[in-house]
This record gives sequence, structure tokens and C-alpha cells, in this order.
Amino acid sequence: MTIVLNLCHTIGASILNFLANIGTIVAFAGKSIGHIFKGPFFGRNLMRQFMDIGYYSLPVVGLTALFTGMVLALQSYTGFTRFNAEGAVAAVVILSITRELAPVLAGLMVAGRVGASIAAEIGTMRVTEQIDALSTLSVNPYKYLIVPRILAGTITLPILVFIGDLIGVYGGYIVSVHSLGFGSGSYISQSWDTLQTIDVVSGLVKAAVFGFLITLMGCYHGFNSGRGAQGVGAATTNAVVSASILILISNFVLTQVFFS
Amino acid sequence: MTKNTPKIPKIEMKNVVKSFGDKHVLTGVDLTVNPQESMVIIGGSGTGKSVTLKCVLGIIKPDTGSIKVDGVEVTTMEPSDHDKLMSTFGMLFQGGALFDSLPVWENVAFGLIHGQKMSKDEARAVAIEKIRAVGMGERVADLYPAELSGGMQKRISLARAIATSPDIIFFDEPTTGLDPIMADVINDLIVKCVKDLGATALTITHDMASVRKIADKVAMIHDGKIIWTGTVKEMDNTDNPYVDQFIHGRAEGPITKHSDLAA
Repeated sequence: MTIVLNLCHTIGASILNFLANIGTIVAFAGKSIGHIFKGPFFGRNLMRQFMDIGYYSLPVVGLTALFTGMVLALQSYTGFTRFNAEGAVAAVVILSITRELAPVLAGLMVAGRVGASIAAEIGTMRVTEQIDALSTLSVNPYKYLIVPRILAGTITLPILVFIGDLIGVYGGYIVSVHSLGFGSGSYISQSWDTLQTIDVVSGLVKAAVFGFLITLMGCYHGFNSGRGAQGVGAATTNAVVSASILILISNFVLTQVFFS
Repeated sequence: MTKNTPKIPKIEMKNVVKSFGDKHVLTGVDLTVNPQESMVIIGGSGTGKSVTLKCVLGIIKPDTGSIKVDGVEVTTMEPSDHDKLMSTFGMLFQGGALFDSLPVWENVAFGLIHGQKMSKDEARAVAIEKIRAVGMGERVADLYPAELSGGMQKRISLARAIATSPDIIFFDEPTTGLDPIMADVINDLIVKCVKDLGATALTITHDMASVRKIADKVAMIHDGKIIWTGTVKEMDNTDNPYVDQFIHGRAEGPITKHSDLAA
């Protein structure tokens, strides 16, 4: 009986703790969004975040998209030849890249690169009292630190994903035309004929949501970082893991919304 | 001053209580700091010194109790009013808390640019003036904090604390981690800067050399309460066993390691 009670207590405490964490994250997100619409605005910080989150993520997103497109063409071709459906390779590549692979893989790569960096930077600022120093200098830490990162993440990720779409589709084109023997003109026309506006738009909307979630998680875990190196390390890990999980969950929800 | 016109304390704390979970850090702090007075709070590690300071600054919200600055209650203040109040404060953090991403001059000018909306050129001129006031040359203005030694970072942090000419300056362990000579330099600078500005100062430290140099009045905190207040001279002659043990740094006495940890 005692074992059952202890088990219930542990499960109940975990559920309460989980709900409390969700509550604090939602409150943090609400407070952050509220500060987006009220000045003062820190334009220089925003530009720096555009560079850090957007420009410097371009190589990793570009490479991921390029090789994903290439592998997708190879795998599709291998699979479709069994059913004499090689002609569908171009359509599969462009739909998979624009709808799913470019936004999700770019989101996960940026979560690893940017989410970790944001959590580590803000966590270190918390530990070294730099966030307290901002408050004592009459500067709201949400406006100075959080808002520029969330705005930059939400705006730049769709741009990154759009570039990733182009590179990924080009990767599929290279393999299909130069290795699998497809005609250049027919591959392009098949791709173009298959593509609809919603395919690209849904991917870009997903990217904006992922960008918001990545930067929100990085900021939240950094802002609430524990003390010392261990606290900052845990904040960094939690930022990447929680952002990655949220990307996968929200991807499912958004796919349902757009295509079901 | 006449008996009929008592001056309003610059800072007044009454029965301030703060707990973190089941850890009761402040158990009823009462403290009064008069205008242009330099009050130093002494006490062992973990007795609630930093939390007391952060409660006055508004960085930590007390559970109960009253904190007044210039007679105005700050615990229930609107955020916009609190931001205005913050612009009258200066703070020297224990570790300096300089912003790594900004050069030294922008660190010093930060409150002027973002708090007082001063132009960058004007703020840079004021920053360099303050950097000189803490005994450093203009050449450090364009360096980054990571390029400075610990003592230099403390001086720059002091320059940042005084840059906006605040009414009240807070010093959190200003000499911790410094060699005795640099600690004395910082103490002298603190005394000079506070006197020059005509500011009120609230310092927390366990460095007795600092206390003797900086303090007009001393308060001893123990187990989350202010247990003694007096001048430096009264501190040296007190028969309070806690103060006596602390200022002489004796292991034996009413303050035990256990009670410090419990606080």
C-alpha cells in the first residue's frame, strides 16, 4: 500500500511540476510578446541577432538542405524504380523539401546552433549578475535581451528555410540530372508543375513558428539558469532538447492544420 | 536640525521577510539609512546581506514588510515608477557585472545612453571623465572587459555606478577578490566618489578594512535580522558578542558555522 501511495505521490508531483513549468513558460512568452509592442526598442541588438541567428546559420542550413535534397533524390529513385515510377522523383523531392524537410531540419539545426548559444549567453549573464545590472541601469532585460532574439528568430528562420528550399531542390536536381539520367528541362518542369503556393507557404509558416520556439526556449532557459557552470550547462541542454521536441510536436499540429 | 522636523530616511526597511522555498533568508530586517550617510552591513556568508541589498534595489521582491526610499513605498510600486526610481540608483556588483559584448566606455555610459537618453558622443565624453575619476586612463575606453584585470574591472564598474550621478549607490562586496593594496584603492575611490556626489551609500561586506574606511554607520546582520547598529567607534567598543566575534574574526563565539548555514 505504501509503495502504491509513494508511486502516486511521485507521479502526481511530476505532473504538477510539469504543469507548473508550462505555466511559467507561457507567462514568460506572454511577457516577452507584450514587450515587443512597447518601446524602447534596441535596434542595434536586433541587427546583431539577425546576423547571429540568420546570416551565420546560413552555411549549416544550406549544407543540410543540399545533402538532404541529394539523398532524397537518390532514395526516391531507388525505391520508385521498383514500381516503374521514376517520374515521380522530381515531385517527391520538391514537395518533401518545401513542406517538411527544409523547415524541420533547418529548425533542428538552428535549435542546436542558436538555441544553445542563446541559453549559454543569457545564462552566463544571469550567473555573472549582468541581467541584474541591466535592471539597475534602468533597462528592462526583456526589451534588451529577449525581444531582439525572439523577433530575429521568428523573422529570419522563414528566410533561411526559403533559401534552404532552393538549395535542397537544387541538390535533388544535381543528382537527378547528372547521376540518374533525368533530362534537365523535364525535371524542372515536373517540379514546377507539382509545386503549389501552399507547399511553400506552409513551410515558411512552420519556420516562423520554429524560430519563435527556438529563441523562446533559449531565452527562457538562459534567463532562469541555475548558478555556476553546471546551471548554465543544464540551461543549454534544456534549451536545445525542449526546442527540438516542440519543433516536432508543432510540426505535426501545423501539418494537420494545413493539409488534413 | 530641530526636533519638530525629523528628516525622512533615504532608505527605511521595516520587518522585511524573504524566503526561498523552505530557506528563510530574511526573517524581519529593520534598517534605516539617512541621507548622505554611508551605511555598511556586515555579516557572515549566507546571512542575507546580498538579499537585503537586492530587496532594496527591487531585483528581489520581499514576501512581507515595507521598504521605503525617500519616504515612498517601493514594494508596491508600478513598474514605470520603479524604472524612474532605478535611475536614481547606482550599483557596484561583486563580480563587476560588466557587459562582455560592449567596450569599456559603453559599459560606463550604458545608463546615460539607455536610461537618460544622452547622445553617444556626449555619453562617451562623460564616460571618459568617469574613467579618469576612478584613476584610469582614456586608453582603456575602447578595450573590452575581458582585456582588463580584476581590479581594473572593479574600477570600471565603479565608474559605471557613478556615471549617472545617482542619489544612492549600492556596493556589493566591493573589495572581494582583490589584493589588499587594490582593495584600499577601491575603498578610497568609493569614499571620494560618494562624498563628491553627496550620495547615500549602502555597502555590504565582510572586509573589516573596508568597513573602517567606508562606513559612517555599521549594521550587523545575523540569521536574517539586523542585530546591531552603530558607528565604527561604537562597533570597536561594543559588548555585543556577535559583533565582537565577527569583527575580530574569531572561530569561537555565538556565531557558529551551523547557524550561518542554517540561515
